[in-house]
Amino acid sequence: MGDVQLPEINYAALSPMLILFGAACLGILLEAILPRHRRNMIQLILALVAVVAALIAVIIGRDTRTLTIGGAVAIDGPTLFLQGSILLLGLVSLLLIGERSVEAGGAFVSQAAITVGSEKDLKQASSEPGATEVYPLAVFTLGGMLLFVAANDLLTMFVALEVFSLPLYLLCALARRRRLLSQEAALKYFLLGSYASAFFLFGVALLYGFAGAIDLAAIHTAVADPTRSEVLLFGGLALVSIGLLFKCAAVPFHVWTPDVYQGSPTSVTALMAACTKVAAFGALLRVLYVAFEGVRWNFQPVLGVIAILTMLVGAILAVTQTDMKRLLAYSSIANAGYLMVGVLALNKDGLSSTMFYLVAYGFSVLAAFGIVSLVRDADGEATHLSRWAGLGRKSPLFAAAFSFIMLAFAGIPLTSGFTSKFAVFGAAVDGGQTWLVIVGVITSMVLAFPYLRVIVMVWLSEPGETTPSVSIPGFLTSAALVIGVIVTLILGVVPAPLLDLTNDAAQFVR
Amino acid sequence: MTDFPFLPFLTVIPLVGAAVVACIPRAKAQLAKTIALGWSLVVLVLSIVMWIVFEVGGDRFQFTWSKPWIPTWDVRFTFAADGIALVMLMLIAILVPAVILASWHDVDEATRSVPAYFALLLTLECTMIGVFAAADVFLFYVFFEVMLVPMYFIIGSYGGARRQYAAVKFFLYSLVGGLFMLAAVIGLWVVGGHTFDWQKLSDVSAAFDTNTARWLFLGFFIAFAVKAPFFPFHTWLPDAGVAAPAPAAALLVGVLDKVGTFGILRYCLPLFPEASRWFAPAALVLGVIGIIYAALLAVGQNDLKRLVSYTSIAHFGFIGIGIFAFTTQAGTGSVLYMVNHGLATGLLFLVVGMFVARRGSALTSDFGGAGKLVPVLAGILFFAGLASLALPGTAPFVSEFLVLIGTFTVHKTYAVIATTGIILAAAYVLWMVQRTTQGTLNPTLTEYPAMHKDITLREKVVVAPLVVLLLVLGFYPKPVTDVINPAVEATMQDVGTTDPAPTAVANGKVAP
Repeated sequence: MGDVQLPEINYAALSPMLILFGAACLGILLEAILPRHRRNMIQLILALVAVVAALIAVIIGRDTRTLTIGGAVAIDGPTLFLQGSILLLGLVSLLLIGERSVEAGGAFVSQAAITVGSEKDLKQASSEPGATEVYPLAVFTLGGMLLFVAANDLLTMFVALEVFSLPLYLLCALARRRRLLSQEAALKYFLLGSYASAFFLFGVALLYGFAGAIDLAAIHTAVADPTRSEVLLFGGLALVSIGLLFKCAAVPFHVWTPDVYQGSPTSVTALMAACTKVAAFGALLRVLYVAFEGVRWNFQPVLGVIAILTMLVGAILAVTQTDMKRLLAYSSIANAGYLMVGVLALNKDGLSSTMFYLVAYGFSVLAAFGIVSLVRDADGEATHLSRWAGLGRKSPLFAAAFSFIMLAFAGIPLTSGFTSKFAVFGAAVDGGQTWLVIVGVITSMVLAFPYLRVIVMVWLSEPGETTPSVSIPGFLTSAALVIGVIVTLILGVVPAPLLDLTNDAAQFVR
Repeated sequence: MTDFPFLPFLTVIPLVGAAVVACIPRAKAQLAKTIALGWSLVVLVLSIVMWIVFEVGGDRFQFTWSKPWIPTWDVRFTFAADGIALVMLMLIAILVPAVILASWHDVDEATRSVPAYFALLLTLECTMIGVFAAADVFLFYVFFEVMLVPMYFIIGSYGGARRQYAAVKFFLYSLVGGLFMLAAVIGLWVVGGHTFDWQKLSDVSAAFDTNTARWLFLGFFIAFAVKAPFFPFHTWLPDAGVAAPAPAAALLVGVLDKVGTFGILRYCLPLFPEASRWFAPAALVLGVIGIIYAALLAVGQNDLKRLVSYTSIAHFGFIGIGIFAFTTQAGTGSVLYMVNHGLATGLLFLVVGMFVARRGSALTSDFGGAGKLVPVLAGILFFAGLASLALPGTAPFVSEFLVLIGTFTVHKTYAVIATTGIILAAAYVLWMVQRTTQGTLNPTLTEYPAMHKDITLREKVVVAPLVVLLLVLGFYPKPVTDVINPAVEATMQDVGTTDPAPTAVANGKVAP
């Protein structure tokens, strides 16, 4: 038996992921070692330090362009940019997750397994401090996302998909209030997510049959070979796309989104809306641009139809929502549609503008959910729209911040929402996808209405008896909010630096 | 002197003022008002300096100033003013102080923040100046859209009974129009060689594919037609005009709506000349319908603010046909009309606001014989009405005359039909004045103590400059037409239409 040749491993290039996975494992150990009352602070600091360290590692390795571990992981411009974005957005999400002063004990339940509505459950809802496992779980999720956007073969991608999905399923079930809703959300997400993973895996199998390999470069070469089976190619591509589009929340794979967004703890929803979007679109970009560039004319119309449906469904259903979190969920579906428009430009601008959009949208949506977590009454968060009436009178500062974010979502200039929409639409027109842009513009009009309705509700309605108060945020939420709002403004007023950065980063290695 | 960055300064100064005013605590309302007024006067002074520095007969675009903004897309802070923009900037600078002074007691201090209102007015001034001063399509679009936000809050927070409905309608209509323009702006960027610079775009515009150019024209045109508003995109204006506080409504119809016609002159015609000619018949028909239709509706109105809003729509019909007649004379008339309409309708709205403030109602049936109680104010209403119906001797007459003459030389039918609008204008103005101020005194009026107080010194200061300007420009419009004429001529050359012989002589060219 000959020597097994081990692949070269570039540890420096992998260090961001290694740091996060290491920190997450350490977090689990700490969970066992530390006494209960000391865990929260230490776990939070550990998580934050790990994310910052990973971010520094990304920045240090910013010029790396390489394939490593036998071609399983690609570290290139898009990878590093997306990893950096995930880490930055993850950092802000961690601030939201770590907030404990708004609600006694935080937004998380201490023991998720206790039967809902039982005496024990009522007791833990009212007094016991929340679980601290959320920090290692969140770090695992982030680590999985970093791997997901870097994966250069489909099996690595599948592993990463599971690594970042499973902790998310758990996190969804941990809301302190409305336990049933939260558990239902987690179950829904888990079941549908499993189906999506299964589709993905089946697709990988077909593609293996097609190309005889699972790494993207090999598939790219195989696509150019006309003698291979088209059935396997398109079947595989379709199934893999389903798995990815599920994570992107594109129609018709979006049905989980509103329920899961509504049921999860708001800080977890923020994490999903911001970071999962980046990871999912990052992987979609890599698969389409690196492996299947050769059959772009075949998948472009199909994905175009999906993009159109996504924009339409997201925009139209957002109009009818009466719950703030569901409204933001449908808006995130519509935004997935706009991101698809950028993806389908299938040129360098498409890549860079999609990455720009992901960052811009991520920070806005974090700020939006941050404010949602602050508007509360005796029963916890008051997410029903009617309850927000006259909020501007009671807390003008938060109402102003929220209105600003709404204007950003509506795409008013001088906000990141405008520049990012402009970027993806411009790239798409350049790429010959004018039809997508027209639908994009029309849905933007429809979508402006719900946002405007929220602003009207907040400012122009008289405060009613039931208008909840806004909690004075703790330091962590304030920090997250300020970051989100300021980035939304800066990317609207001086987008050039980030645009340049995305432009420089927009080159995949193969 | 023209190297001084007038336009960026002019744009930024009101914004700084808005920030200062917004920081003043609610309790010190008086201070906020005074600062806002003073600030708007600074803008006025700067505008007057600009007017003096502007070289009549010099370059088409002056005060050009350009700095990069988003190099990736070749977006620049490019500001430049031609004669058309200059007169509009002057109009803003004159109207805003008047509006601020007229709003002195309009805000209910008990429930609404006074400093916020004046800060919003100054923000609005900044965006309006920006729209007219921008010479970069992207920059123009940014100001065009952002302009909605302060006006939305002014209508929505400080308006009358149906303010929420009106504010949302205003916002959505304009936003929908704006998004059509966004699509066109992106398209223009792609076909125009990835630049937003107006000058570069207009240089390459002749090479655009005909079909593409028509679509792009349509995108811009819809946005501007909603903004102006032209029939049939006008339905938001009466609602907004009624709901907005009267001084803000004066600004709305006086300046904000001009962005629509200005945009057509600056962007639709020069950038898409062939498409403009192709669409001209449709635009002319819309203009004529607008004149007759809105005037007829105005005749039947009982609400003073709604009536003035409808008259404004009718006047925009005149401006529209003047632009799409494609003669220098009619074009000059249109631009002059934009200025005069701003003055006349602005004055009308301000005076109506003074009546409404005294009586607490805008219904003509609630007045009746008001002239017996407030004779001077009634006189000014009468004058504003006459100016609005373009009586000879007032400024709008000159512009309406130019539009009709200029249109008549090329499109006789349209000009003749449009002329009936003048008769209708006389009807709605005279009826309005008669029902409100003439006849027997409505006894309920005497119950309002404010109705016994004739025009105050503050109100005199508000109306005096407008009245004087309307009279002076009525007899001697030359200073304004001299500024406008070269710019209009250049625009008409961009469209590629040749004037009929008589105007060619007037332009100083040798007649054959």
